[in-house]
Amino acid sequence: MSAMGSIDAAARAAKRTIPGTSIFDGEAAARGYALNAMCYSFNNAENRAAFLADEDGYCSKFGLTDEQRAAVRARNVLQMIEAGGNVYYLAKLAGIFGLNVQDLGAQQTGMTVEEFKAMLLAAAHQTGEA
Amino acid sequence: MGNVIGGLLTSHVPGIGGAIARGVEKDPYWAPFFDGFDPVHDWLAEAKPDVAVVFYNDHGLNFFLDKMPTFAVGAAASYRNADEGWGLPVQREIQGDTALSWHIIEQLVADEFDVTTCQSMLVDHAVVVPFQLCWPGGNAWPVRLVPIALNTVQHPLPSPKRCLAMGCAVGRALERWQGPERIMVMGTGGLSHQLDGQRAGFINQTYDRFCMDNIVHDPDALTRISALDIIEEAGSQGVEIINWIAARGALGEGVTERSRNYHIPISNTAAATMLLTKEPAEAMAA
Repeated sequence: MSAMGSIDAAARAAKRTIPGTSIFDGEAAARGYALNAMCYSFNNAENRAAFLADEDGYCSKFGLTDEQRAAVRARNVLQMIEAGGNVYYLAKLAGIFGLNVQDLGAQQTGMTVEEFKAMLLAAAHQTGEA
Repeated sequence: MGNVIGGLLTSHVPGIGGAIARGVEKDPYWAPFFDGFDPVHDWLAEAKPDVAVVFYNDHGLNFFLDKMPTFAVGAAASYRNADEGWGLPVQREIQGDTALSWHIIEQLVADEFDVTTCQSMLVDHAVVVPFQLCWPGGNAWPVRLVPIALNTVQHPLPSPKRCLAMGCAVGRALERWQGPERIMVMGTGGLSHQLDGQRAGFINQTYDRFCMDNIVHDPDALTRISALDIIEEAGSQGVEIINWIAARGALGEGVTERSRNYHIPISNTAAATMLLTKEPAEAMAA
C-alpha cells in the first residue's frame, strides 16, 4: 500500500479491519495482558497443575477481568480473543485440555473438527484467490 | 571473506515436531512434507555448515508482552529449548557462537539497526523443529546457532521492507566476517495460515506461490505491501513470511533455488520448504 507519511496514517492502518481476523495491537495487548500473562505461565508444568487444581484461585492470582474469567470458564476462544487474548498464549491454555489448533479452529469457525480438517484438505485443490 | 554457503526457508509447525516424536514421518499425511527434506539432507551432507544464522519468531517461550523486541539477536554461549505448554518433547540445547553473534550485533548497530541483544535466550519450536528436520536422529547438533528473532506477535510489526533491509545488513556483516566458518542461513515459519478468529484455517495458495516464485530473484516484490496487507493475504500467522524475507536478504547475491516443496495442509498450514544455495565458491569446486 502507499507509504505512511504520518503517525495518524499509521494509527489508521493499525485499526484496519480484516474479515474474521483481530489485529493484536497495543490496545489489545494492554486489554489482554492479564489473560495472556496467565497463559504464558503455562509453559511451566507446575503452573498447569495449579490451574487444574484450583481454576478460580489461579485466575484470581493473575487478576483476570470478569470478561476474561467468563471466557476461560466457557472455554470459548473467540471470547478470549475479544477479551484481548493472543492465540500464541491461548494455545498453552488449550494444551492443558489436550486441544490442538484444529480443535481451536473448529470451535472458532463453528465446524466440527472433521469438517475443519476437510476444509484444510480441500484448500490443496483450490487455485486460490489473492 | 565471509562464507555464506546457502540457506533454508521452511515451515516450523509444532505438529511437525509431534510427528517426529511419534515416528510417523512416512505416514501418508506427513510424507509429502518430510520428503521435501531429501534434497536438503543431501546438500547439508555435502556443504557441511558450521553455523546457522536463524531468522524466526518466538511464540511466547522466551519473550512475553512485558518486553517485546522488534528485532532481537542472541549472543549466548548456548540456547536451551523448553516446555512450551502443549507436550512437544524438549530438544537438546544448541551451542551458540558468541564471537559471530557480537560481530553481527556490532555491524547491525553500525548500520543503524538498533537491535535488542540477548545473552540468555530460550529457543522454541521455530528454531528446534527446523533443526530436527535438517539433522534427524537426536544426535548432537552439528552446527552452532545465531538466533535472530522478529516480532510477529504484537503490532505494529516491522514492515516487510525493513525486515529485508535488516536481513541484508546481516548479510553484509557475514561478508565481513573473517572466520573460516561455513555459514548457512535459515528463515522459518509460514506459509499462509491463520489460527485465530472466524477466519481460522485460511490458506491462500496464490499468494504463497507468488512468494516462492519471487523470493529468490526479486525479494523486493514481497516487500511492496505492509505487514497488515500480508495478514490479509496470508493469514494472521502467515505474516511469518517476514522471517523468510529477512533470511533472503542475508543470503545476498548469487542465490540459486535448489529445491522447493509445497504441501497443503500440515496442521492448519500451507507448508513449504525451499533450499537456496550460493553460487559455488572456488573452495567448493576444489
